[in-house]
Amino acid sequence: MTTARDEILARVRSALSGVDRTPPLAPAPRIAAVPDLVGHFADRVEHYRAVVERCAAADLEATVAAALARHLPAGSGTVVVPDGLSFDVPGAVVDGAAGPGLTALELDRVDAVVTEAAVGVAETGTIVLDHGAGQGRRAITLVPDRHVCVVRAEQVVPDVPDALARLDPTRPMTWISGPSATSDIELDRVEGVHGPRTLHVVVVDPG
Amino acid sequence: MSGTFVGMPAFPTAARAALADTQLRHNLAHATGTIRAKRAAVVGEVEEWEELRLAGAAVKEAALRDLETHLVRLEESLTARGATVHWARDAAEANEIVARVARDHGVDEVVKVKSMATQEIGLNEALAEHGIAAWETDLAELIVQLGDDLPSHILVPAIHRNRAEVREIFLRAMGSVGRPAPADLTDEPAVLAAAAREHLREKFLRAKVAVSGANFAVAETGTLVVVESEGNGRMCLTLPEVLVSVVGIEKVVPTFADLDPLLRLLPRSSTGERMNPYTSTWTGVTPGDGPQEVHVVLLDNGRTRALADDVGRQALRCIRCSACLNACPVYERTGGHAYGSVYPGPIGAILNPLMKGTGDPQTDSLPYASSLCGACFEVCPVRIDIPEVLVHLRSKVVDGHRGDTVPKAEAVAMKAAAYAFSDSRRLGWVEKASGLAGRALTRLGRTTLPGGRSAAGRIPGPGAAAWTGARDLPAPPRESFRAWWRRTDGGRS
Repeated sequence: MTTARDEILARVRSALSGVDRTPPLAPAPRIAAVPDLVGHFADRVEHYRAVVERCAAADLEATVAAALARHLPAGSGTVVVPDGLSFDVPGAVVDGAAGPGLTALELDRVDAVVTEAAVGVAETGTIVLDHGAGQGRRAITLVPDRHVCVVRAEQVVPDVPDALARLDPTRPMTWISGPSATSDIELDRVEGVHGPRTLHVVVVDPG
Repeated sequence: MSGTFVGMPAFPTAARAALADTQLRHNLAHATGTIRAKRAAVVGEVEEWEELRLAGAAVKEAALRDLETHLVRLEESLTARGATVHWARDAAEANEIVARVARDHGVDEVVKVKSMATQEIGLNEALAEHGIAAWETDLAELIVQLGDDLPSHILVPAIHRNRAEVREIFLRAMGSVGRPAPADLTDEPAVLAAAAREHLREKFLRAKVAVSGANFAVAETGTLVVVESEGNGRMCLTLPEVLVSVVGIEKVVPTFADLDPLLRLLPRSSTGERMNPYTSTWTGVTPGDGPQEVHVVLLDNGRTRALADDVGRQALRCIRCSACLNACPVYERTGGHAYGSVYPGPIGAILNPLMKGTGDPQTDSLPYASSLCGACFEVCPVRIDIPEVLVHLRSKVVDGHRGDTVPKAEAVAMKAAAYAFSDSRRLGWVEKASGLAGRALTRLGRTTLPGGRSAAGRIPGPGAAAWTGARDLPAPPRESFRAWWRRTDGGRS
């Protein structure tokens, strides 16, 4: 008995007999360079109705604290951070510091998450997480309703091909362009469905 | 719990019913008009759009022309990264594989990411027969599922529903399958989206098994890609312990870098955004992050039949953006249900016959569901020449009827025309007869065309009635060109 695999591959072979296998050559075009890459990135992220602010490296911890204070109900709110975050978030629970990390149900009771990112894509206003150090496993940036994400200016690249070249495909990735949204009712865009409804991006300028 | 397209009438019959539904036409005109404007704006800001389309088409074409190599490579990469690869010749085999995985884990429910492949194979219905509930988690799919309805659009399956109808469906149906909608639910899209969030969250948090499709599968690395907006995809791809992805064999792309033109083309063509809110990629199993048991079902179900068609093969480049639906004047008026398939619109009019083969009256009606205006080709991000394939498929449909004992009226008319046109004497008789008819019609014709020429309305008789029911037939001229030439010596006398 032929297996499904062998039969499908045989069908493919027969369907393509006599077809030239040479791949057509049409390299993807590159967009023109923009003068202020990081500013362009910030504009494009903001366009999705994310909150964007820029700060100097020395002010990072204060900026993040102010961002959390802005989005969390006064005097309350739990915050989770991944293991390996390169700056301090006072009072935050560190996921996976000891043991397997919070369960989905526990994460559902967390109000905000603070992480870093792997790459920022200026043209599309996208933040890419590859869930390495300072970014945590995928669940922690998904279940809590508010995500504060720190992107360093030197992580910002012009466009999608530059991002792909910087990333390791074997890592799980999440490309984030604004807060979760839907256009499923009358194609009218609404922000806030299952992913974090608030996205606050802090762009850190070098120095 | 949702309906089925089985037993749908041919396109003209279904379309007539749809055209009579004024609410539907209003909903569709509003929605497609909105999305066309959004797409035009974000496509317009990319100066290199045409080159990008060529690049996107080239990536998919490269994958298709050497599909066996890339599929084998994909299987190797996935297996090396801890995923289990299954192959399914048809819908039944694919459904059985998914059901088996679910049964092995003793679950009676799975959560689903929106996926055209699982719609195509009727997975939800097949799982229901095994006593397994499949919860759709995309907002539009949820609306369709709760409303016991059928999808009518590739991207927004509930495009035929307006906000008031969605509110009613949520109020009526959410409570019977989980957390009910709040009693004070309004028809604001933001409020409706919030109700879906509350309703689905408990399902995400408890689900053990998730089912997804994939927008792209990278042969080189074994990376699967899901492009979405709401975060329901992320929930399904991240929280459960087991993930089964049903992936059409045409979803493969050779390399990770090949994702570039496609990730730039898809969101702008689809939702009219520079980038969709969330794109998830995963490569087999990642220890400590996400599902620890990963299955991939590589699905044929007619794709190799389409691959064997030299003209139609290009349809397999499709990245399911649905720009051709939104641009199509026929789709805008009839909506998706009239096409009788989960793939409606121009792409559905070619994909269905290519994948299922011609010969069935419903499928055979689809290549004719077009005015061949070419808007679909113009907006297609991977340059599928849909009109070319439509014409090619029409010829296949006609060829399929060459041996009929009772020929179609159109075939009889064409035969008669061939007989008359192949002999100048016969043509002369026909011209004389048509001149007489022209005189009669000019006198009797009730319609006058712009320019003052008289025309016939509905002419009775087999074939003629169907043709003239919606078209005016201009009265033939009293004198033929040849007769005029003879009479005037070519205009000299």
